[in-house]
Amino acid sequence: MRELSLNVMDVAQNSVTAKASLVTIIVKESDKNDFLDITIKDNGCGMTKEQVQNVIDPFFTTRTTRKVGLGVPLFKMAAEQTGGSFSIDSTLDVGTTLFAHFVKSSVDMTPLGDINSTIKILIQCNPDIDFVFSHSTDNGEFTLSTIELREILGEDVPLNTPDVLEWIGGFLSEQSNIIYGGAKK
Amino acid sequence: MKSLAELQAIRDKAKLELNMRQENPNAIRVLVGMATCGIAAGARPVLNAFTEEIAKRNLQDVTITQTGCIGICQFEPVVEIEIPGEDKVTYVKMTPEKVAKVVNDHIVNRNVVTEYTIGAYK
Repeated sequence: MRELSLNVMDVAQNSVTAKASLVTIIVKESDKNDFLDITIKDNGCGMTKEQVQNVIDPFFTTRTTRKVGLGVPLFKMAAEQTGGSFSIDSTLDVGTTLFAHFVKSSVDMTPLGDINSTIKILIQCNPDIDFVFSHSTDNGEFTLSTIELREILGEDVPLNTPDVLEWIGGFLSEQSNIIYGGAKK
Repeated sequence: MKSLAELQAIRDKAKLELNMRQENPNAIRVLVGMATCGIAAGARPVLNAFTEEIAKRNLQDVTITQTGCIGICQFEPVVEIEIPGEDKVTYVKMTPEKVAKVVNDHIVNRNVVTEYTIGAYK
């Protein structure tokens, strides 16, 4: 994967498949302390201890079209090649939390990339699932919660309405400009 | 700044338009393969390009959605277009540049862009 945001999109898809109703994605990064942490937490069907062992094995997958599953192994590799770490914590019927720690200054660091695009597509393609996304840097943080958006939009207007998606895209880019030290309001 | 008040205005406008949009059995479906293979091959910009192109032309009754891996990873990014009453068409090795032509020729004018389909590559 060329960008970590693509790994996030890929791995978050597992949460959707696990029938989660809420997926929380947290990106915390700091140049001062030289790290980037990504947490993906869902309330899906969870996994047994044995399954957790299996998902980091590239030759394990629950899908039936092929015998390989590279989503989680690629994400793990991206973290570990920077000298960081990777862990999965899962409880059957409760949910799964995936955590990846990256050493930002490592030469093998994959750039985060367009994480906003990932979040927007996840919302667009899964309008019935709630996503909470928060992103923090040394300059500050912001959160986008579809739970809040849904309260305003009401039941009749789905999150994947084109105008709503445009608003989400605009909100994300404004907020990330601020935390990356760009445009100040 | 994008404010929540703005979102309320969007809601009110969307409610007016909603009646004609809702649950139309004749809706055209654009399915973008978004498993590990598709994403790695560049499916995300392709999906974005479809969203933009369809919004730009203000096409109603077209839904864009993601699908999993259909087993032809060497041809990713793969996009399937389903028009009710017609055969499903599978486009392979899609790029954002190819999207405008597919939307214009296939979705709007109902002429399949044969040179981008899987049949042209096999």
